[in-house]
Amino acid sequence: MFLRYCLLFFAAIALPMAATSDAQTSEGQSMVSTVAQDGHEAEAHDGDHAATESEEAVFNPNEMIMHHIADSHGWHIVDWNDKEIGIPLPVILWTNEGLVVFSSSLFHHDSEGKHVAEAGGQRFVNLHEKIYYASDAPNEHGVYAQADPVTHEVANAKPWDISITKNVASLFVSVVIILVLFIRAARSYAKNSNAAPRGLAGFVEPLVVFVRDDIAKNNIGPHYKKFVPLLLTIFFFIWVNNLMGLVPFFPGGANVTGNIAVTMVLAFVAFVVTNVNGNRHYWKHILWMPGLPVAVKPLLAVVEIIGIFTKPFSLMIRLFANITAGHIIVLSLVSLVFIFETVWVSPVSVLLTLFISVLELLVAALQAYIFTLLTALYLGAAMQEEHH
Amino acid sequence: MTGSIAALGAGLAVIGVGIGIGLIGGRAMEAIARQPEATGKIQTNMIIAAALIEGAGLFGIVVALLGI
Repeated sequence: MFLRYCLLFFAAIALPMAATSDAQTSEGQSMVSTVAQDGHEAEAHDGDHAATESEEAVFNPNEMIMHHIADSHGWHIVDWNDKEIGIPLPVILWTNEGLVVFSSSLFHHDSEGKHVAEAGGQRFVNLHEKIYYASDAPNEHGVYAQADPVTHEVANAKPWDISITKNVASLFVSVVIILVLFIRAARSYAKNSNAAPRGLAGFVEPLVVFVRDDIAKNNIGPHYKKFVPLLLTIFFFIWVNNLMGLVPFFPGGANVTGNIAVTMVLAFVAFVVTNVNGNRHYWKHILWMPGLPVAVKPLLAVVEIIGIFTKPFSLMIRLFANITAGHIIVLSLVSLVFIFETVWVSPVSVLLTLFISVLELLVAALQAYIFTLLTALYLGAAMQEEHH
Repeated sequence: MTGSIAALGAGLAVIGVGIGIGLIGGRAMEAIARQPEATGKIQTNMIIAAALIEGAGLFGIVVALLGI
């Protein structure tokens, strides 16, 4: 056992070493720039000046990390011999002249606004993964967009962007995983309902029972049954997407639960369910708290009304920040090698990344649990019967 | 030195959260040692309290991130 870990450890050290020495003999700094620039490679190649090239050889961890945790219009998989390999995803826009659909490959992996995609008789440009109507001529940096002279923000108009982005595609993959998991488990119950669960059902059952008994029954109260499906959906959706985010290669790697829009929708569901099911008792305690001097009641009502919104808001921020922080930490540790520009940091980097990744496995389950638990708690508080 | 002062804010936010969660963890340990049969309930409540405190810290971190 010990020997195996030793071997793994040495393999972990040797691999980056071999890779870097290769790169050093052949093309000097290009290894650094390939890893650092990732999605911005295309720009370096059609860049007309050498100045950009040398600028880009300097590794910028901040830029790399932000690029990796952000959503994008194409799914970049790997750089192979200086060529980007990835899956182009459909770009769906609602423009002034109606719906326009085209492949993101029309942008040629460009997110700096230097490639104009023409579709439906209109011209679009991808600037930092936001789609704008392209200007007629490029500005002095070769970007087909104009900056507002006062605010320095992009002045070009934007169509409504409802594209299938990387996050959405990843969402589809995780939906398929969850469907397969549960449909197969359900089938096995239908087939032999009396036998002990086997296979996938045996894996799913303890989790389902845990959500039902420890989360729903304990926190919601007597009418918990109605909400078990919702809580199960929230739990497994978050958990599967967290785990997918931890997989560093193709079908995983998107930052779905670390996207504030995704967590906002989840929190919004919790918000609606809580307030729709809130009973008279719940609303009375918010709007006109019993057992207090009249002068204090309106004051407390204001606080309580704010409280309605801060609960789902904190759900949203908690999940978003936890998952995004996990991704940032892993990426920062990997970039240590390129920041110090020496191979000897790689064992430290690999070991720390391994440690954090294992910790993130725990966090993935814990955050799914906490989100579900708090939803159940808020629901339980809203449905509590009067008892004094 | 490069960087943003927002990073200091993130660090400060984490100090408070660290103290808070440390207190919760410590007290939960004491409670479990005193009453091992209530371990399950104590753990659940510990996690809830820790999550709520963590939420406050994460607000700080997100604001700091936005400032970078």
